[in-house]
Amino acid sequence: MAKKNDWVRVHRSVLEPEQRTGKLPEDTKLVPLEMWVKGRLLNESAEIGDDVTVLTRAGREEHGRMIEVDPCYELNYGCFVPEILEMEEQLRGALFGGEQV
Amino acid sequence: MIVDKSYQAVTGRKGEIINKAMGVDYSRYETGSIAFRYEDMMNDTGYTLEDHIRLQQQFNVGNTPIFELKNLTELARKCAAPGKGARIFVKDEASNPAGSFKERRAVASVYQAKKMGYKGVIAATSGNYGAAVASQAAMQGLKCIIVQECYDSKGSGQPEIVEKARKCEALGAEVLQLSVGPELFYEVLMMLEETGFFNASLYSAFGVGGVETLGWELAHQFRDRCGRDADVVVCANAGGGNLTGTARGLRKAGSKAKIIAASVDLKGLSMASDQQFNRKSFTTAHTGFGVPYATDPDHSDVPRSAARPLRYMDRYVTVKQGEVFYITEALATLEGMEKGPAGNTSLAAAFALAQEMDQDQIIVAQETEYTGAGKHIQPQLAFARKNGIEILFGDPAEEIPGSNIILPARPSLLKAREADLDHMRKSLIRRQATRATGPVTAAEIAYLAEETNSSDAFVKGVLTELGYQLA
Repeated sequence: MAKKNDWVRVHRSVLEPEQRTGKLPEDTKLVPLEMWVKGRLLNESAEIGDDVTVLTRAGREEHGRMIEVDPCYELNYGCFVPEILEMEEQLRGALFGGEQV
Repeated sequence: MIVDKSYQAVTGRKGEIINKAMGVDYSRYETGSIAFRYEDMMNDTGYTLEDHIRLQQQFNVGNTPIFELKNLTELARKCAAPGKGARIFVKDEASNPAGSFKERRAVASVYQAKKMGYKGVIAATSGNYGAAVASQAAMQGLKCIIVQECYDSKGSGQPEIVEKARKCEALGAEVLQLSVGPELFYEVLMMLEETGFFNASLYSAFGVGGVETLGWELAHQFRDRCGRDADVVVCANAGGGNLTGTARGLRKAGSKAKIIAASVDLKGLSMASDQQFNRKSFTTAHTGFGVPYATDPDHSDVPRSAARPLRYMDRYVTVKQGEVFYITEALATLEGMEKGPAGNTSLAAAFALAQEMDQDQIIVAQETEYTGAGKHIQPQLAFARKNGIEILFGDPAEEIPGSNIILPARPSLLKAREADLDHMRKSLIRRQATRATGPVTAAEIAYLAEETNSSDAFVKGVLTELGYQLA
């Protein structure tokens, strides 16, 4: 549930598969061109999944299906990758430890 | 009035929309022949190199340090034949306000937009240029919209691009994210039409002219520090603006440094494929942009691109994804600098190229870029593995983009592989010659020789082979 002025994220299709340009690989031709943007909710209230209008950072009115309220960044440094440690050991070994280059 | 927003209608209005969104009438540079007036276009911006230097100083951009990478040089010498292994330097472009050289490209565009009374700027970019424009728009008090290609049809985003979106938003921009497809430029045209904002195109003369300061600084920094010019400057190549601007700046400073382009080899992967989008680990500085933009510069969001890298390249080399990840780790663990990874493409090439050169020579990788969550070797390798890409140690020459990432089993396996520059030159000539309206004139031949950094004889040979008549 979101109320007016809440910061939300909306999503919609910009071009359906049949409206897309001809110069596309086959797999891309099968899917729509989709768009995501954030803004302040202009509707009085809305539930996730509702079609809503938002006011974006640049002052545009944009519409779409509301998919997130208070959207957060979930990017991080990812899972441990053991190869990184191995590269480090190998590089230090090659430069300082007399190991094979 | 109802505006037709169909793909065909909007792209059909491209010339009119761009003219209004930049105040540049590109038709005045056309000659009705194969040639167009490139230097006139570059000179007509109203910004000289000195103006760019002054503007960048005013907005805290440029004057980035050069660092000598002594440990990497030492390692390259261990891999090289006796007496070989040039001194390796890097220009720390990550120290620009938004973390990359791209800010040099944004300053004049945003300044020009403000001077002409536009309320905001729009740029199409999934890369560092978005953060650069957002940063300059913040500094100069304009609104900013960044349009980026970010997700596949399953809604899975490239970690590096998701981070760019975060950074742009942190700097006050609106970020419009799209799924895979070249219709990005269609969306940008619609945004320009809707908002009346300025098109801060990566490929404008304001942008590419701004990169000339990088080459200019390099020339003067090496003269001050080493008493001489660098022998080789390695530039990562994607859209070609980095190389074009740097080379022009070096030339204006009188430097004779060889210009070597470097791209990550993504051969076999389609850049517009939904299913292959997340099977690559590099979203820029790769051959999927580098080769098509070098051979056909004029397919961007402006009618005539200011980025024309074939004019300035002495060589073009490719490196593998695994090699760029490896040099990124080397930069961290041997030089104490966490940067990149994409911005280390030129450094990976420089490490290999240094081994062909004498020890008293100088090679410089002309950029670094910021690093952060998502945009770092660990999340990018973890993402690759999650997408079914095999990560292994071995000979990177055997890497297959989209299937595996091969980290060098030892440092000497990192190589810079020669791309066929003559093949690219021929490809450019073949495309541009289709504009011929009769037998190809001497002026057109001279133009094509400039476009390809070749000779009249080379151009004539290619045109004859293609069946064109020469005037």
